[in-house]
Amino acid sequence: MISVKNLTKDYTKADGNHIRVIEGLNYEIEKGEKIVIVGPSGSGKRTFLRCLNLLERPTAGQIFFDGEEITAKGTDINKVRQRMGMVFQNFNLFNNLTVMQNLTLAPVKLKVMNEKEAREKATELLKRVNLLDKADVYPASLSGGQKQRIAIVRSLCMNPEMMLFDEPTSALDPEMVGEVLDVMKQLAEDGMTMVVVTHEMGFAREVATKVLFMDEGILLEENTPEEFFEHPKTKRLQDFLSKVL
Amino acid sequence: MTISERFAAAFITGERWKLYISGLGITLEIALFAGILGIIIGTVAALMKLSTTEDGKPTILNYIASVYVDVIRGTPSVLQLLIMWFIVMASSNNGILVASLSFGINSGAYVSEIVRGGILAVDKGQMEAGRSLGLSKAKTMRYIVLPQAMKNVIPPLGNEFITLVKETAIVGYVSLSDLTRVANQIASRTYDAFMPLIGAAVIYFIVIKILTILLGKLERRMRRSDLR
Repeated sequence: MISVKNLTKDYTKADGNHIRVIEGLNYEIEKGEKIVIVGPSGSGKRTFLRCLNLLERPTAGQIFFDGEEITAKGTDINKVRQRMGMVFQNFNLFNNLTVMQNLTLAPVKLKVMNEKEAREKATELLKRVNLLDKADVYPASLSGGQKQRIAIVRSLCMNPEMMLFDEPTSALDPEMVGEVLDVMKQLAEDGMTMVVVTHEMGFAREVATKVLFMDEGILLEENTPEEFFEHPKTKRLQDFLSKVL
Repeated sequence: MTISERFAAAFITGERWKLYISGLGITLEIALFAGILGIIIGTVAALMKLSTTEDGKPTILNYIASVYVDVIRGTPSVLQLLIMWFIVMASSNNGILVASLSFGINSGAYVSEIVRGGILAVDKGQMEAGRSLGLSKAKTMRYIVLPQAMKNVIPPLGNEFITLVKETAIVGYVSLSDLTRVANQIASRTYDAFMPLIGAAVIYFIVIKILTILLGKLERRMRRSDLR
C-alpha cells in the first residue's frame, strides 16, 4: 500500500547547517498492517510519519501510495491526504467550530459527501466513541481524551484507507490514555491500515503487526512484536527496551 | 459675551448645529469606507506576506506586500492624502472618494501587520490538521485559521479604526468639511475658538466612546467558542 524508497530528510538549522534526521529509509507497508514505530526522541520517527502524508517534504527519496509516486512533482497531495487520515499529539481540533462542524467540514467542503450524509456519518461515528452528546459543544469544553477520540473520528469521517497516528496519547493525562487506545484497538480490529508513533509499548505488543525501531534517523530494527520485544537483535534496541519496559 | 451667548453663537445662530452634524457625517463616512477598504487591503496584504510555496520559500507576493507596507508607513498620511488629491486622482472632484481611498490604503498597511500577527498567533497545528484532511491551504485559511485570527485581531483592529476616525481630521487639507474643519470655520466666523473646538472635541469623544463599547460587545461575542 505504501512503499518508501531511500527516504532522506535534512533540516536547515538557523545557523545554516544541515542536520540529517532521516537517512536512506526503505520500507513497505501492506494493506491492513498495523505498524508501530518506536525510538528515542530525535530518532526521526515523527518526521518519518509526517513524510508519509507530506506534512514534511522529503529531501530525497520516493514514497509510493497504491503505486502512485506522491513525492513526484505535480502530484495532487490534497487528493492523497483525503485517503490518509492523521491524528496529532495535540489533537488540533478546529477551535472555532463545534464538534459536529469539526467532523463534517472536510467531507462537505471537499464534496466527498453532502451535508446530510456527513452529519449521518458523523453521528454514527460519535455514537461509536460514546460522544454523541458532545456534538454541539466547542472543543474547549472537552477533556484531552475526548478531544483525541473526536480527532480520530474527524479523520474517519473522510473514509480514509489508512491512518497515521503521531504520538496520540503523549499529551494526555494518564487516566485518559486507555479510552483513546481502546478506540485505536477497535479501529485495528476493523482492519484499518495504521502507522503509529507511540511510547505505549503495551499497545505495540498487543496490536502491531510489525514494530519498527528508529535511532538517529536510521531504521535500525524491524520485527513482529514477539521477536521485537523478546529477542531484540541490536545492542541499541536492547538498551532502549531496558529503559522503557 | 456671556457663556450662553457664546454657546448660541457657536451652535444655534443660523442653525450652525447642522454644520457639525454634516461635518460628523463626512468624518464617519470617510472613516467607514476607509475602514472597510483597509480591512480588505490589509487582509490581502497579510496573506501575501505570509504566502509561501509548498516547500516553504517566499514568493514575489511577499516582496510586493512588504514594499507597500514600507512605503505607506514611511510617509506622512497628510502627504499621502495630498498626493492622492493633487496627483493620482487629480481628475476626480469627489473628495470623499479620494479621501476614503487614501485613508483606506493607509490603514491597510497597519491592518496588514495586525492581521499577520493574528494569523501567526493561531496554533500551526490548526493548519496542519486542515491540510492532513485534504483541505487546500486556501480552504483551511478561510474556514479555520482566519476565523480564529479574526478573534485575535478584533482589539487591535478596533484600536486602528478609532485612530482612523480621528485621523480623518486632516481632510480639511483637500477642502472637505469634516467635523474638525467645520468647527474651525465656525471659530473663525464667530471670533470665538473655545465653544466650537471644545464642542467638536466632545463630539469626537462621544462617538469614540460609543465605538469602544460596541467593540467590547463584539469581542465578547467572538470569544463564544472559548467558553466552557
